[in-house]
Amino acid sequence: MSDGGHALLVDFGSTYTKLRAVDLASGRIVGTGQGPSTVTTDVTVGMEQALADLARRLGGTLPVFRHRLASSSAAGGLRMVTVGLVKELTAEAARLAALGAGAKLVGTFAYSLTAEDVTTIEDLAPDILLLAGGTDGGNSAVILENAAALSVASIRCPVVVAGNRNAATEAKRRLEAGGKPVVVTRNVMPEFGKLDLEPARDAIRAIFIDRIVHAKGIDRAAGMLDAVLMPTPAAVLDGAQLIAEGIEGQGGLGPLVVVDIGGATTDVHSVCSGEPARSGVLVHGLPEPYLKRTVEGDLGMRHNAAAIVEAVGPARIAADAGLPAERVAALLALLADEVERVPQTPDEARFDRALARAAIGLAAARHAGTVETVYAVTGPVTVQRGKDLSAVTTLIGTGGALVHADDPADLLRPALADPSAPGSLRPERPRMLLDRHYLLYAVGLLRAVDPAAALALGLNHLDTLEEGCHARHRCVS
Amino acid sequence: MTGRTLVTGVIGSDTHIVGNRILTMALEAAGYRVVSLGALTPAEEFVRAAIETAADAILVSSLYGQGELDCRGFRDRCVEAGIGDILLYVGGNLVVGKQPWPEVEKRFTDMGFDRAFPPGTRTDEVIDILARDFGARAEPVRSAS
Repeated sequence: MSDGGHALLVDFGSTYTKLRAVDLASGRIVGTGQGPSTVTTDVTVGMEQALADLARRLGGTLPVFRHRLASSSAAGGLRMVTVGLVKELTAEAARLAALGAGAKLVGTFAYSLTAEDVTTIEDLAPDILLLAGGTDGGNSAVILENAAALSVASIRCPVVVAGNRNAATEAKRRLEAGGKPVVVTRNVMPEFGKLDLEPARDAIRAIFIDRIVHAKGIDRAAGMLDAVLMPTPAAVLDGAQLIAEGIEGQGGLGPLVVVDIGGATTDVHSVCSGEPARSGVLVHGLPEPYLKRTVEGDLGMRHNAAAIVEAVGPARIAADAGLPAERVAALLALLADEVERVPQTPDEARFDRALARAAIGLAAARHAGTVETVYAVTGPVTVQRGKDLSAVTTLIGTGGALVHADDPADLLRPALADPSAPGSLRPERPRMLLDRHYLLYAVGLLRAVDPAAALALGLNHLDTLEEGCHARHRCVS
Repeated sequence: MTGRTLVTGVIGSDTHIVGNRILTMALEAAGYRVVSLGALTPAEEFVRAAIETAADAILVSSLYGQGELDCRGFRDRCVEAGIGDILLYVGGNLVVGKQPWPEVEKRFTDMGFDRAFPPGTRTDEVIDILARDFGARAEPVRSAS
């Protein structure tokens, strides 16, 4: 049980500074506040405004907060570049580790870095660079070559070395010779086909707390907070994990998927093993992380509306929205001119709805694994790649497009398995929940200090849109 | 331990894993570090695994008669990926029907395999030849320090 008192959970976002005040004993939100994002000038200005907003909603006074924790996705988020050896192996493992740490991936590289690659990395000026390559005892030439190339590059950011352990010390030496701050951690792929992402993730988070918070100017708010713990996407993933697993004495919701649709990207998080739900299925490719986050950089409701339309085709958007194709083109042009626009006419609302459904369907399909039938001489064999989400029991939707929709369940439905695409292993009959109050990040932050209250917060405030068929009373037939 | 790393697997749409597993176990017992890719392994996966693990040899199994198709261009893939001088073995029921072994062997060595092994080859034999081939290459064992 929680000892009571209140917690203040802050998200320094790219547009808003958001606050959630939580009563720890009950695990309930007592108030929310919002201010502008002012990270680029003085983070405390937006924070003060958000606190004033919260105080107003609480009747004028703020409680004394026992915990004051923050996450941040402001100032471009945690911008990372990853470098590995084989694209599908250590380069992919490095990518997964960075995404799991809540990073915004601005560049991913494989094999030996060319002079052009190094220039690109210099131009990207990432906050952190993750350098992998080689299994332990495997290839060391490429990671050492890349360390040498990066050591003379003009980047100043910390480098996390998470590659072949037999080359790590030398890679560190080379990078440090070029004046780069280096953290060596365990290999993201210690053996062929085995992932070990947590040490790299932890190293990234530690650097985030120690350096990035300062570099982005968020530490100006230090006096108003206990800590800025992690990038916001990492807080969401942590929150999702707690809600899935529960704590000792209080079970969670089991395997789950979160779809978070935003203005620029759509994030999907899954907390599940992803192993085949059916027997006799052969799994191919890299093992999948139990905690997996994917970011679809081309699927966003505003900044990438045109990309969504292009991805599924204007005809499908028009059909789903019940609008003529010319109208769809006109509405899209409207959004291109004004990315902050909220729907003002019924047509715009229908168009937005179709956009959201398309983005959610694509993002879920890209996150989910696939099965295909391979015809071997001995007969057909089912081969799975990626995570099987079919037996996932909970699907949580969040993001403005869902929260403000009249029919969020309908918007979320394209994330489910589709009989017309049997190869896509999306959730079949999950219960669908809506994170209406945008609190998954708050659950993730609070988990760090009070898991019981954090779990209660999640379970109390996620709205049920639709019971799944996994709910026992409905499945009995 | 020999300090050498080998990649094994069954190529193509071939599910016959038993012989490959026995070979893998024997190679491990002989002191090799074995990256075992198992059944239904596409050619490119052998190459990727060999790069990442800095493997010294790739041992390809094929039991279902279509090995010739699956193995075509295997050496070229290795050359393309920068590991062109890796030792390549292939073994199993490599072709359909009864064809004279020397012809089959030649077809595979022409494809760039250093050695091809007919059905029924004993694991001891493979291990002996492997040791000899590594010895002949007289390349010092890659140090893992």
